[in-house]
Amino acid sequence: MKFENAEQVMQNREVHQALVRWLYQLADDELVLGHRDSEWLGLCPDIEGDVAFSSVAQDEVGHAVLYFDLLHELGEPDPDNMAYERSVGDRFNATLVARDNGDWAYSVARHFLYDLFDDLRLEAMSDSSYLPLKQGVAKIRREEFYHLLHMRTWFVRLGQAGGEAGERLAAGVRKVWNDLADLFDFGPYEEVLLKSGIISFGSEELKRRWTERVRELFAEARLEWPGEFPEAELKGRRGEHGEEMKNLLSTMTEVYDLDPAARW
Amino acid sequence: MTQNLNEQMIWDALQDVKDPEIPTVSVVEMGMVNRVTVHGEDVEVEMTPTFTGCPALDIIRENVRERIAREKGVRNVQVRFVMDPPWTSDRITPDGRLKLREFGIAAPPASPLDVPPCPFCGAEGGDVDNLFGPTACRAIYYCRKCKQPYEGMKKV
Repeated sequence: MKFENAEQVMQNREVHQALVRWLYQLADDELVLGHRDSEWLGLCPDIEGDVAFSSVAQDEVGHAVLYFDLLHELGEPDPDNMAYERSVGDRFNATLVARDNGDWAYSVARHFLYDLFDDLRLEAMSDSSYLPLKQGVAKIRREEFYHLLHMRTWFVRLGQAGGEAGERLAAGVRKVWNDLADLFDFGPYEEVLLKSGIISFGSEELKRRWTERVRELFAEARLEWPGEFPEAELKGRRGEHGEEMKNLLSTMTEVYDLDPAARW
Repeated sequence: MTQNLNEQMIWDALQDVKDPEIPTVSVVEMGMVNRVTVHGEDVEVEMTPTFTGCPALDIIRENVRERIAREKGVRNVQVRFVMDPPWTSDRITPDGRLKLREFGIAAPPASPLDVPPCPFCGAEGGDVDNLFGPTACRAIYYCRKCKQPYEGMKKV
């Protein structure tokens, strides 16, 4: 199957439904993590960290806009509406990205482990049967290279430093681990996505490749392997979210809610 | 007798539209213009963003539209941003690279892991200070010879 444009997908109800839900997961992951990144401005341990997290935030929100634009072409509301007006139960980001920033070492561990996941997820879409997605992904991958490089540097540096830095990184990794089962959930339509060639490999294969890469990095950063992912407490991919996500949304939509029609 | 509108005239006019964040370099030199099409009095400019999340896109779109609309004989201007082919730093023209350096920003290196020479003294062997700079497309380096930081366009 090949889909050159939105019209061709919209003629196939099953693929259309699966693709829309998939794009919401992608957009919501990037938007929510981008918002968390932006919260580091002025609070990082050094000014380079401030600038990096702000720049990464801008990229992630830009990627969310790209996915929202694709959704809009597929008949969904306009991007601002999707970003600001959807209720919490209609958000499909992973729980991991909605967690409060907490410790800086946790934020670095979360971002790095998410970036590795995202890198493989982008790889699974790099020859997507949906041409506009394939083209967008090619662009995004060029930018994500720098996020990975930056987060990897800090991840390994904190681990190798040992002492308090190493302990805080290890604590951050344990916290991330609790949310990984949900991150690796591809949602209710994984079969359709695979069958229609929207993605070229599924969540099990992604998990295998991720584990292989992360094991090597853990050895380099002198971290212990925490074992299997525990069962997810909240299923973000199914619209289940906790207090942290609700608080994030109320902060993110605070200005928009004052006057949704305002322009600046 | 007025000259008929042609594509070269539009390309020339686009040289006047500068990158809002690097005012010495035009959008053409930056490699952001994919294609110019002229149909009678209607002009379409197809562009590609340097970075997906670049906040300057709307400003660039408006500046292009406004500049082309000033050309004699133009009735409609359409500016479209497309992702294919994706922008890469190899699209910056030789003139663009020179003007970047004149503005004090190193041109993108051959590989993302290389450090470009200092735009002020030309010294090689600088250090990466931060992979992220004042805009998404720039990084910050440190020159060991001048003993000062400098910015460089990222290789993407």
